[in-house]
Amino acid sequence: MDVLDGNALAGRLTDLLGWDATDSLIRCRSCGDGGAVARVAVYATAMGTVARCRSCDAVLMTLVDAVGGRSWFGMPGIDALEVRRA
Amino acid sequence: MSFITRGFSGRRSERDPRLPPGQTLVGDWPVLSAGPTPEIDADEWEFVVRTENGDHRWNTAELQALGMEDITVDIHCVTHWTKLDMPWRGVSLDRIFDEVETAHDYVMAHSYGGYTTNVPLEDLLDGKSWIAFEADGEPLTPEHGGPARLLVPHLYFWKSAKWVRGLVTMPDDDPGFWEQNGYHLHGDPWQEERYW
Amino acid sequence: MTRRPTAWHTATVADIRAETPTAQRIALDVPTWPGNDAGAHLDLRLTAPDGYQASRSYSIASSGDGTRVLLAVDEVPDGEVSPFLVHDLRVGDEIEVHGPLGAFFVWTPPTEASPRPVQLIAGGSGVVPLYAMAQAHAAAGDPSEFRLLYSVRTPGDLFFADELAALAASGAIDLDLVYTRAAPPAASTPPGRLTAERLRDAVLPAARAPRVYVCGPTPFVEAVSRWLLAAGHRPGDIRTERFGGS
Repeated sequence: MDVLDGNALAGRLTDLLGWDATDSLIRCRSCGDGGAVARVAVYATAMGTVARCRSCDAVLMTLVDAVGGRSWFGMPGIDALEVRRA
Repeated sequence: MSFITRGFSGRRSERDPRLPPGQTLVGDWPVLSAGPTPEIDADEWEFVVRTENGDHRWNTAELQALGMEDITVDIHCVTHWTKLDMPWRGVSLDRIFDEVETAHDYVMAHSYGGYTTNVPLEDLLDGKSWIAFEADGEPLTPEHGGPARLLVPHLYFWKSAKWVRGLVTMPDDDPGFWEQNGYHLHGDPWQEERYW
Repeated sequence: MTRRPTAWHTATVADIRAETPTAQRIALDVPTWPGNDAGAHLDLRLTAPDGYQASRSYSIASSGDGTRVLLAVDEVPDGEVSPFLVHDLRVGDEIEVHGPLGAFFVWTPPTEASPRPVQLIAGGSGVVPLYAMAQAHAAAGDPSEFRLLYSVRTPGDLFFADELAALAASGAIDLDLVYTRAAPPAASTPPGRLTAERLRDAVLPAARAPRVYVCGPTPFVEAVSRWLLAAGHRPGDIRTERFGGS
C-alpha cells in the first residue's frame, strides 16, 4: 500500500468542507510539528483515510465515507484547522 | 449526478448464499492499514490482560501453553469483502479468561502501534474469539497482524485487532479507534452494523 | 492568487494519443471548467453498471483559463482505473471529474521584483504537474530561473519529450534528464539511479534558496527530499507531491 501525502486529500476535503484545505495550517497535538495539510502522511484504504503526523505518526485526521452519502471527518490529533478565505 | 461510465466494470467478484448482507466473496486477502506496520520482536512479545483487579501477562510460550486450537471461520470486512472457510490457529479467549476475574462487561483491545477497538466481553467468550498466531496454515505475516492478532470472526473484521498487545476490561462500552471515527460500536455483519 | 471554485464536472474525451508505450495523452473538453493553476490535479470517477465507483487523482498537464484539460496517464500493472483509461477510453466518452484541486502544490507567476529561482524535480509520471508549471512559466514570460531535473527509466518513457526540448531550446527552462535503465547513445552519463551526488550536481544549490517542487512515486520523493535537506535546503522551501500506483 502506498503512503501518500496530504495533496491526496484535496478532493475529499473540498467535498466535505467546501474548500481545498491542503494549503491550510495544522499542528500535531502530540509533538507540535506544524505545517500545511499537504505535508501529512496519508494512509488511504476502503476502511477510511487516516492522516498521520510525519514526525511522530500520531493520527491527526480521519475521513470515513459510508455508502449512501454519510461521511465523518475526525480531527483527533489537531487542535484547529486554519480556514482560508478566498 | 453520477452516470454509468461506458465500458467500465470494475473488478469482478462472485456471490454466495453464506454471505451476510452487502458482502461479496473474494479469493485474495486484502490488506488494510491505518498506519505503518509495527515492527515487533517476537522474543519480546507479551500479551497482557488488565482488569480492575490487576494485570495478567503471558509471553508467547505461556500463552500458547494454554491450548492452541485449529479452527475454520468466515471473516467479514466492513468494506464489503468476505472470505469463507479460512483456517486459523490460536488460543481461545476462554482459556485466557479462565485465569482472569473481572466484573466488567466490556473490553478494549490494544495493539502495538496504538490501534484500539472495543468489544463486549460476552462477544469474546464461549468459543467466539481467539488470539491467533497462524492463518491459512502459515504464521501471521506482519502486514496481516503478526506475530498475533485478536480474531473475533462473528463481528466485522476491524474488531479483530492486528498486532494485539493486550486487553483492558472496562465498565462501559467506550469506543476504540474506528468506532470514534464513524464506525458502529458493535459491528455485527448479520445486522449490517457498519456505521453510527 | 485567485481561488478557482472546485466542482464536479462532466468531461468529454476530445483526443487520445500514445505518449509512451504504457501511457496515453488524454485531452478533455470540460465546458464548465473554471480554469486551473499549474500543478493542480483532478479526481476522476468511473461508475460501473452495478453502481460500483472507482476514483483516482490525476495531475493536469495544462493550466490557464481554458476549458480544455490535458492529462497524461501511465498504466499501472493490475491497476483498476489506469488500464481502463489507457486501453478502453474512446473519443466522445463522458467521464466525471472533480476539480480543480490542489491549493498547495501549485505555481503561479511571482509578483515580487526579484523572484526566487525554481527547481523542479520529477520522477517518472511525476513530471506531469511540473511540466504544467514549466509551460505556465514560459507562457507568462516569467523572468525567474527555472530548472527541471527529470528522472525516467529510458528515453521511450519521457512524457512531453518534444515540448520539454522546445522549452529548453527557447531558454525558458534548463532541463536535466536522468536515465535510470537505458540512456540514448549520445548521453554523457551512463544510465543509473539518481543519487545524492548526481542530484546535488544537477539542482540549484541551497545557497540560491530556490523554491523546490518534487513529484513522483513515494520512494522517489522520500529519497530526493532527504538529499535536498542534507544539501541544506530548508523544509519550508520544498513542496512535495507523492503518487501512488493504481
